[in-house]
Amino acid sequence: MTTNPDVGARPAGRVPTAERTPLLSLQEIGKHFGAVQALRDVNLDIYAGEVTALVGDNGAGKSTAIKTISGIWAPDAGRIFWEGHEVHIRGPRDAAALGIATMYQDLALSDNLDIVANMFLGRERRRFGLLDEAAMEIAARKTLADLKVTTVRSIRQPVGSLSGGQRQAVAVARAVLEDAKLVIMDEPTAALGVSQTAMVLNLVRTLSASGVAVLLISHNLVDVFSVADHIAVLYLGHVVKVSPAAELDTQRAVELITTGAVGGASGGNERTTDGNG
Amino acid sequence: MAMGEAPPQAVDEVPAHVDEASLASNEYVADTLGEWARGQWLKIKSGDSGALPVLVGFIVIIVIFQSQNSKFLSSVNLVNLIQQAGFLVIFGLAEIFILLLGEIDLSIGYNAGVGAAITAELAAPPHNQSWLVAGLAGVGVCAFFGLVQGLIVTRLGLPAFIVTLAGYLGLQGVSLFLYNADKHAVGGTISITNGVLNGIVYNSLSPAAGWIVMLAVVVLFGAVNIVGYRRRVANGLAAPPFALVLIKVGALAVAGIVLVLICNQNRSLGLTSLRGVPYVVVVVLALVAIYTFVMDRTRFGRYVYAIGGSAEAARRAGVKVNTIRLICFVLAGFTAGIAGIVAASFLGSASSNFAGGTYVLYAVAAAVIGGTSLFGGRGRMVHALIGGFIIASIANGMFLLGLSSAAQEMVNAIVLLAAVSIDALARRRALR
Repeated sequence: MTTNPDVGARPAGRVPTAERTPLLSLQEIGKHFGAVQALRDVNLDIYAGEVTALVGDNGAGKSTAIKTISGIWAPDAGRIFWEGHEVHIRGPRDAAALGIATMYQDLALSDNLDIVANMFLGRERRRFGLLDEAAMEIAARKTLADLKVTTVRSIRQPVGSLSGGQRQAVAVARAVLEDAKLVIMDEPTAALGVSQTAMVLNLVRTLSASGVAVLLISHNLVDVFSVADHIAVLYLGHVVKVSPAAELDTQRAVELITTGAVGGASGGNERTTDGNG
Repeated sequence: MAMGEAPPQAVDEVPAHVDEASLASNEYVADTLGEWARGQWLKIKSGDSGALPVLVGFIVIIVIFQSQNSKFLSSVNLVNLIQQAGFLVIFGLAEIFILLLGEIDLSIGYNAGVGAAITAELAAPPHNQSWLVAGLAGVGVCAFFGLVQGLIVTRLGLPAFIVTLAGYLGLQGVSLFLYNADKHAVGGTISITNGVLNGIVYNSLSPAAGWIVMLAVVVLFGAVNIVGYRRRVANGLAAPPFALVLIKVGALAVAGIVLVLICNQNRSLGLTSLRGVPYVVVVVLALVAIYTFVMDRTRFGRYVYAIGGSAEAARRAGVKVNTIRLICFVLAGFTAGIAGIVAASFLGSASSNFAGGTYVLYAVAAAVIGGTSLFGGRGRMVHALIGGFIIASIANGMFLLGLSSAAQEMVNAIVLLAAVSIDALARRRALR
């Protein structure tokens, strides 16, 4: 199960990718920092209900790409389309307003607050101007149950007492409560052990099965192949390959990540760009 | 690097100090009273500061003083103790707003001194303003100085420690300026002659009113807790064990009855009768109750804890971090103003001898001894009540024993160090 791309588990009757409007479409995105061209001509389509994995070596531009999508900085070139319409994401609030939730590696949870408080932080439900703990607890419990998170002892325990995987679950539940349409997960399984990783990957599957688009950034190709529908390979700031996960294997993915091309050390036949840009 | 090897780190595991049993020290996690008690015990054993060790320490202090001087627990002395502790508790409340952010405010002592001076001047001849106008002016000025310092901290991004150290020095200067400028301040002292201001600490509710207020507080507290419990159970929410709810309400009832019984004893040394609960008790308990409500039930309170836990997480969640911090500085100044007026009432005057430097250190000590963390995110308003009473008890008991103020300060230092050490140890465990 963990190494099977599991294409058969997709919802029945889905429209083939080519005929659907992507939820998010990056077109010819470029970003440079001084003389350093961090991204160039990046094209990437992300679809609702699918897990798109973004892989690449250190410095390939993965972080730059997700920060562009989540509004941390604006691209220098190119256009971004959201549900078919061009959008300008000028800040994290713009991204959040569109329905983009980004989960960073450090997770941004308050250890001293309990699970419910963390899930609703910044969007507390109120009744007569006061915190409506009952409504929040009921909604939090339902969300966690929908995500099949059952291992926490109490929804009222502080997040600081949770394991790494459970913390990821709380962060994902937060995104779900925001009605996020696109959840960007930056290395969600880094620093997790075997069972916790399996739990987080299950979470990713549950999330995408509910119709949410997931953009997964990971170094771990085993994880990527176990959940991703599509894999996009970044090499030196350029997307050198986007392909259904079923059409790639680990060895070819490693080649793409390290050399930007497949087809032997001589390089070349699938290379879509050269190194001179 | 072999593929089959287990990863060297086990970061995904639940933090080492957390286990199922000690989690139950959280009343909403525990299923039964016994489980909660076991959880509390494990938490204490693991070095985590809770209310219980502090209360045990308090009882030890009381037993020591009572065994040395049987007057310590006399009703006369206990009412003295309450009157001495009142303004210290309020100073502690002011400081907790800032400590919860993970910062410190060194200015509240002399800020209170300025407020007390303004209130005393306005209430005394030739202005002769009413206690309300004078009091609001004093408290308002203190809130304003809190606002100014908060603006500097949040807008310029300076450390609160330095900004409020400047406030400490500058506001001491401002209060001295006020006493110099006021020709009626003989020798830098303005007596509190206004009956209401003077009576905050030394006048009392009638014995009957004391009982009525106490009963109303206990009934209200009991109703809120029991109705809240019922509502949680009915909605299938996490609820504390019902026995724990009953114990809390019962403990408050017992404490209230004991308090009113003690205060309603005649403590007059002369022919007239002097009895009843001092007004300062009502002021202090009302502030503790209101502030606890604000911190627990409002979005503002939630955000203060969130910022203390992780300012970055709060910012990413859309919390206006600097606005919340600014409000905390204003509230600290506002509360310091109340503390200043109560201190002036206790001292009978506002004067250039107002010990703002000592009071701010006692405020931090009261909060930390009570269990509030210096590192932010952990603490409750009631900690100021517990800590303030412990500090006042030490001063009071050592005075009864005829010990020098040199010895008093050294004992205070030891108690404070013990409290801070417990806090730091608990934090280190939490980080592991």
